[in-house]
Amino acid sequence: MFIAAMIGILVTMALALCRALLGPTVYDRILSVNMFGTKTVLFIAVLEFLTGRPDFLDLALIYVLINFIGTLAVLKFVRYNDLGAEPEE
Amino acid sequence: MIIIDILSWICLILGSILCIIGGLGLLRLPDFYSRLHGGGITDSLGAGLILIGLMFQSGLTMVTVKLAMILIVLFITSPTSTHALGKAALISGLKPVVTDEHID
Repeated sequence: MFIAAMIGILVTMALALCRALLGPTVYDRILSVNMFGTKTVLFIAVLEFLTGRPDFLDLALIYVLINFIGTLAVLKFVRYNDLGAEPEE
Repeated sequence: MIIIDILSWICLILGSILCIIGGLGLLRLPDFYSRLHGGGITDSLGAGLILIGLMFQSGLTMVTVKLAMILIVLFITSPTSTHALGKAALISGLKPVVTDEHID
């Protein structure tokens, strides 16, 4: 049963990678990479139940936070071309 | 015990199917703002159902607490990043595709 969930997650990751390679604008690529990160978290969580190693969930929890900060950092870099820029109003 | 197993299987399979549907939407929908909708489904309902299915399997242990923490953090951060992405695209001047044939 975990194998079926893992196959579904892997198919979704492949579709997200296709859109990240095809995407006409940079925002399509950022959306695809964000979704790929979320699916990686689910993949690690299912893999923990598949292999029986209980220490993978800490990695998944860290990966959620890194994914969020990474998406916002890439968005700011695309908008301002500088990560230390002051936001304009 | 068998009821909990069946509930867990239903949640896992439904979550996987919703993830695949969201991925197909991400690949097939016509413009960026509708693709944002396709990606948003998998972040909220697909991930939530898969994590709830895993919670049914693990019982009342520390693993369930960690899964619940992942679920709460995911439910806060994922709509925030989707909103930031849509707003950044709108500020940068990306126009939504509007067709005339569906406007009455």
